[in-house]
This record gives sequence, structure tokens and C-alpha cells, in this order.
Amino acid sequence: MRLKLVPQETSFDFFSRWKVWLGISGLMMVLAFTSFMLQGLNFGIDFRGGTTIRTQSAQEIDVGAYRDAIAPLELGDVTITEIFDPTFGEDENVAMIRIQAQAEAEAVSAATVTAVEEALKAAAPDIQFVSVESVGPKVSGELIQTAVIAVVLAIGAVLVYIWLRFEWQFALGAVAALVHDVILTIGIFSELQIRFDLAIIAALLTIVGYSLNDTVVVFDRVRENLRKYKKKDLKEVLNISINETLSRTVMTSVTTLLALISLYVLGGDVIRGFVFAMIWGVIVGTYSSVFVASTILLWLGVKRDWSKPSNTAGNQFANIDA
Amino acid sequence: MLHIDTWKRVLIWLVCVTGLLMALPNAFYTRVEQSNDAKAAIELGIDTPEMQAEAGQWPNWLPSSLVNLGLDLRGGAHLLAEVKVGDVYESRMDAMWPEIRDALRDERATVGTIRRQNSAPDEIRVRISQPEGMARALEVVRGLARQVQTLSGVGATDIEARAEGDTIVVQLSDAEKLASDDRTVRQSLEIIRRRIDEVGTREPTIQRQGADRILIQVPGIGSAGELKEIIGTTAQLTFNPVAGRTTDADTAPGIGQEVVPSLDEDGVYYILESAPVVTGEELVDAQPAFDQNGRPAVNFRFNTSGARKFGDYTLENIGAPFAIVLDDEVISAPVIQSHIPGGSGIITGNFTVEESTNLAVLLRAGALPAGLEFLEERTIGPELGQDSIDAGKVATIVAFVAVLVFMALSYGLFGIFANIALILNVGLLFGLLSLIGATLTLPGIAGIVLTVGMAVDANVLIFERIREELKSARGPARAIELGYEKALSAILDANVTTFITATILFAMGSGPVRGFAITLGLGILTSVFTAIFVTRLMIVIWFERRRPKTIEV
Repeated sequence: MRLKLVPQETSFDFFSRWKVWLGISGLMMVLAFTSFMLQGLNFGIDFRGGTTIRTQSAQEIDVGAYRDAIAPLELGDVTITEIFDPTFGEDENVAMIRIQAQAEAEAVSAATVTAVEEALKAAAPDIQFVSVESVGPKVSGELIQTAVIAVVLAIGAVLVYIWLRFEWQFALGAVAALVHDVILTIGIFSELQIRFDLAIIAALLTIVGYSLNDTVVVFDRVRENLRKYKKKDLKEVLNISINETLSRTVMTSVTTLLALISLYVLGGDVIRGFVFAMIWGVIVGTYSSVFVASTILLWLGVKRDWSKPSNTAGNQFANIDA
Repeated sequence: MLHIDTWKRVLIWLVCVTGLLMALPNAFYTRVEQSNDAKAAIELGIDTPEMQAEAGQWPNWLPSSLVNLGLDLRGGAHLLAEVKVGDVYESRMDAMWPEIRDALRDERATVGTIRRQNSAPDEIRVRISQPEGMARALEVVRGLARQVQTLSGVGATDIEARAEGDTIVVQLSDAEKLASDDRTVRQSLEIIRRRIDEVGTREPTIQRQGADRILIQVPGIGSAGELKEIIGTTAQLTFNPVAGRTTDADTAPGIGQEVVPSLDEDGVYYILESAPVVTGEELVDAQPAFDQNGRPAVNFRFNTSGARKFGDYTLENIGAPFAIVLDDEVISAPVIQSHIPGGSGIITGNFTVEESTNLAVLLRAGALPAGLEFLEERTIGPELGQDSIDAGKVATIVAFVAVLVFMALSYGLFGIFANIALILNVGLLFGLLSLIGATLTLPGIAGIVLTVGMAVDANVLIFERIREELKSARGPARAIELGYEKALSAILDANVTTFITATILFAMGSGPVRGFAITLGLGILTSVFTAIFVTRLMIVIWFERRRPKTIEV
């Protein structure tokens, strides 16, 4: 008796409502973009400079008292959040204090940190500072730049690779799916105001990798089936290919999600945002490889004459004008 | 039919066993770490029975490389410092001034009297009273320039002089600035390294980043502030001529002069010539000592050129006061009693024994050639790191078990094969990480967990393909063979693309993110290896033994 999430043979028609799916994806992207434009991302100090202090104390945390203690220092925008986590023990009360970059200081002012620590010690005597991180505005600016370059480079590199291995229509389809995934991920971070730091960029690139993995597996089968079923039209071939790989798509998504969810629940709060991004990315990535990448491929059409010797097939110099 | 050459089988098992052996020390992390430390200590000559006992905790014939734990897991301090390379231009120009002045004075007949003007710190402006002599003056100043070796070729000199009306402007040339910047950063790096080594912490990372930055990571240190104290004390020692003494901090100094406060006399300021006679760079030794009154002091000795300059100056200025300046404070300003020819001397002041010892250490390690600006600093407490390790361990184990159970339920016996491969895969991953001495960070642990989830993908692809091939029923052996053959292109394409993103992440990322890229990238390599070779070998061996007529995947 085997556990089968997907029946042995499926013949779903993934394209009967392809306009609806593309419409939904488009709408989601517009929503994500609007949210990004209206709210903006909740950038961590990696990207906007400033200081975060993580405190731990055996006493209950009184955010108000902390705020009152810090207020006289006039440090501008200070956010204090208490953090709850199932992995914390009974007497572990953790708070995160974020202080905006101090305008005059290009580098990080040690005096500010010391002053805040002193003030907090007065408010809660047993307080411990388990981590203190400061990033100057100079570095944070560069980090944003590097992050954007990294994401663009990754997408570009992938575009070229798929173009070389498949055809330009496949590459465009795959990249459309990637852009879709990246935009939706940024959108959910902006909508839920989850802290967006350097690790999230790593998550974004991993999502790019994962979504691609999925898309490429489907495309690989499409390429094979295009040779196999020369008479069938593209839509049918795409449907057959997606149905054939559906079981694998679901299996891999489930194992990956199993691993990620256990990390989300048990891995501690420090990387929770990072893991959240990846969980979201796996779901969106799986969806997009079927409903975005393949739909775009259908829309663009593809060269059907794969019968020629394979020295031109799978090569960007092959006839692409079919 | 299904067949794998014997040599291939041996090779595959050999790779697995080697990988697991390399990974083994990580399972006994603390024990191996203690043993490694003890062995290092014994090599340094600290050979006590306790050390021998600690060293003996881990046998010599087993591999002993461990995965390094990143700062976010071990706790410690991280600093990113920018070297203010421009500082050096200023001291270079100040040092040039006496030379330029003397050279122009020799030409007084042509250029007239000279006068130094106020200027930006990285240039010298000299006004001459007879502008008609400008051509000659420029020639003289340019004659002082020295050749610089550059990559772009010869002909470049270290200074450039140009005329602006009746004023000569002298600056460092671009080639010299580049060379100077590089030297400054290297020197700073070396000095920071020495200072941190003197304190004796474990495995500090001190790296140059980009043109003018230095990354410093020291595990196990209490805070970034502490680390800054160790490296940030510049200990810039200079010996300057004293032009006057005042109690008014706002006294306007003459050109080429500066006002410097006294270290131990409150409200006393000295007016000094900015160009030092000798600097701490020319020190060869400094030792804590006591002066004739039994008070703590520091003995120092100059190198030959320093000794000559110091000797000449003291000979010419007997009876004049002379300031010993440390980090922009006058430690003392003794009057020169006699010619000091040997190049050695003593610094006295109101020191405690500890202060004099520290001062000697700082002087010996050398001064930082330029100031540091700290762009980024992070302190991670050891408890937070330990919590992260513990949480990461639990999460990895749970993820592991969940995936193992799910695979066994979905694919039965083949699932078990894939599971053995998955366990091997994580073993190999740790083996590789230890082998290349990679650093494991918290996102790196996430990378491992993600690998656990994604590593089965290759096997899933193969198994699903075998299922499909079984339908066209040309016998199970053929189905297995075709399954592997046809799944291969999808496996390669899918993993190459993921590997590309991991590589970009590695190249662009820093710190923890890079740790994630490493585990992700290596995880792809090991998972492709185990899926294509190891599970296949297991299936082939099983098939040879059982010869099943039908198989169920």
C-alpha cells in the first residue's frame, strides 16, 4: 500500500482557463507591486542602517518601560518588539530594539549603544544583551545595491542557460515565472511588514533556484514530448507533460515543505523570516512553473520541428522562427 | 542490462566511506576540538600530562578537521572597518614640507622669500615673493620627486607640483596615492592582526575587503566594543619640536603648527610643529621599565635612520623642550639635556605599571598608519549562538525524520534506498564542509535542511520515471535502466540552474549568506552524486540478488 498524493494517471486540463490563471497571476503581481509602492518594505538594519539590540531578561518585558527608558536619549525612531517563540524557555523574555541610523554619524556610534544599554539596565536590572548589531548607512546602501545586482544576475544567468539548453521561448517562460515569484515574495513581505534583511535576499535567490528547478523539469518533459508526439498541438503536449510530471512536482514540493515547516516551527525566531520566505517561494514557485511558465510558453508558441539532427536542437542557433 | 563495473562500485563506496570518515569528527565536536587545541598547544611546546590526556581524546589516525562555526553560532564580534587612507596623504605632505622649504631656500636668489599657505590637508601651498622665478621653483620642487613603480609603467613620480599664480601647489600624484592606499591598508591589516594575536583569541578572521576595507571577526570575544579597544587604539607615537606652551585651547597656532593637549596636566596645551622629528614607525623595540625614581616608564629604541634623525636633532637643540606625543596627547615634554646619539630613550609620565606595559605592547605592534572608521559592527552572545545550534539540530532531525517517513511511505523499498542515500548525502555534505574548512552559519543550517528536502528530488524524478516506464512493460530491469537514462537530463538541468544561483549567491554575498550558499551548492553536488550513483548501485545490487519478476516503485 503506497501513499499516493497524486493518482497514477491524471489528465487535468491546465489550460482550459489559462486566461483566468494568467489574469490571477497578473492581478496578484499588481497587488504586490501596489503594496510595495504604498507601504514599502520593512527593511532591516542591513539595508537602512541603524542598530538592533536583542535583549533577554528573566522578568516579563514591559515595552512601555523600555520605551520610557530610551526616550530621553532622543534617538529618533526606536521600535521595541517583544518576541515570542515556542523554543524559548520559561524565563526567557526576549525583545528586539531597533534604533534608526543616527544622521550625523557615518560610522556606528559606540556611545549611542552604550547609552541605550545603560538606560535599559536602569529599567530592567537583570537584562542581558544577547546580540547587538549596527550597520552604518554607507554599508547599507552598498548592501542594497549588491542584493539587487545579485538577483538580477541570477535571473540573467538562468535566462542564458535555459536559452542555450532549450529555446528562447522556454527561457522567457521560465524567467517570467521567476519574476512572478520574486515580485510576489517581495509583495508579501511588504504586505505583512515582515523584516526584510540580507538573509531574505538569500531566500529570494533560493526561490529563484527552486522555482527554476520545477520549471526546468516540466520543460524537459515538454521538449521530450514535442519530439514524441509530433502530430499533437502544443497545448495538448504541454498538458500531457505537466500531467506526467505532476506526481513528481507534488512529491518534491511536499518533501521540501516538510523540511522547511519543521525549520519554521523549531528553528528559532532568528531565521523564521528567512524560512517563511522560502516556504512562500516553494508554494508560489510550484504554482508558477505550471501556470505561468507553461502558459507563457503556450502563448509564445514553440518551434515544432525537432526531427532534425540533434546538433541544432537545443541550441540557440537553431531555427527559432517557427 | 543493469550492470555496473566492479571498479565503479568500489569507487562509489570508497567516496562514501571517505566522506563519512571526514564527517565523523563533527559528531564529536567538543571532544575533537579540545583534542585539536591540545595538539596545537603541544606543538608550541606546552607539554603537560593534562594536555596529553586532552590530545588523546581523539585518535591521530582519524581525520580531525571540523566544520568551523560562524559567529552567529559561536558568538563573538564582527567589525567592518574602513581605513581612512587619506590620513596618510596629510602626514606625507607634512613630512615633505621641511624638504621643500630647504630646497627653495637654497634658491632664494631666484624665487625670493617663501611662505607656506593654509591649504587642504593633502597638499602644500607655498607662495614665493618673486613669481618670475616660478619656473625655477617648480623645477626645484619637481627635482625632489622620486620614481614610483607602477603597473602602468615607469615615469610616474610620487609628487606633482603645479603653479597657481605666485603659489606652488604640491600634491601626491595619483599613482603614488594608489600605491600609498594599498600600502596603508596592508599595514593596517598586519598591525590589526598582530594586536589581535597578542591578545590570543581563537581563530580570528582578518581579511581585506575591496580597496580600503578590513573585515575582522573574532569568535568568543565579549563585544564589538572590546574588539575595537584592542585594535582601535592607534598608538601613534611622534616626537615633535615644541614651539610654545599655553593654557588656552583656542590659541591660534602658526602655519604648520598645531595645539595639542597635555595628557596629565589639566588645562595645559602645547603648540607643536606638525612635522615630527621622528615617528613611532621607526621604533624597533619598546619595553616596560622604570625611571631613575622608580616610576613605571617605557624604554624604546629607534632603527638606524630614526636614531640618526633623533641624534642630529638633540645635538642641534640642546636646552629646547621636546614633546613626546601619543595619539594627539603630549605625554611629556622634557627639555633636551644633552646629545642622545644611541637612538634609545625612555618615556616617562604618570603611568601605572599596567599602562606602561600596554603602551609598550602598542608601540611594539606599531602604529596604525591611518584612522579606522567602523562601518558595521555586530556582537552575538554565545548563548544566542548555542540556542541557534540547538534549535537548528532539532529542526534538522525532525525534517529528516519527516522526509524519511514520507519517502518510505511513498516508494516502499525504493524509498528506503533513497533514504539511505539521503543519510549518506548529509554525511558527505558535512565531510565536504570539513574538508574545505567551510564555515557553518545559521542560514547555512537552513541550507542543510533545504538540501534534505530537495535532495530527494533527483530520486523522485528517477522513481517516477521508472513507474512510467514500467507501464510500457519491457521487464523491470529495462524499466529501471530507462528510468535512470531518461531522468538524467532533467536532473542535470534542474540542478545546474540551482547551482548557478548558489554560485552567484556565494560570489555576491557575505558572512552568513555566503555560508548558506556554500551548504546549498555543496548539497546539490552531493545529492546528485548520491542519486545518480549510490541509489542506483543499491538498486542494482538488490536486483542482482533477488531477480524479481515484477517490481513496485
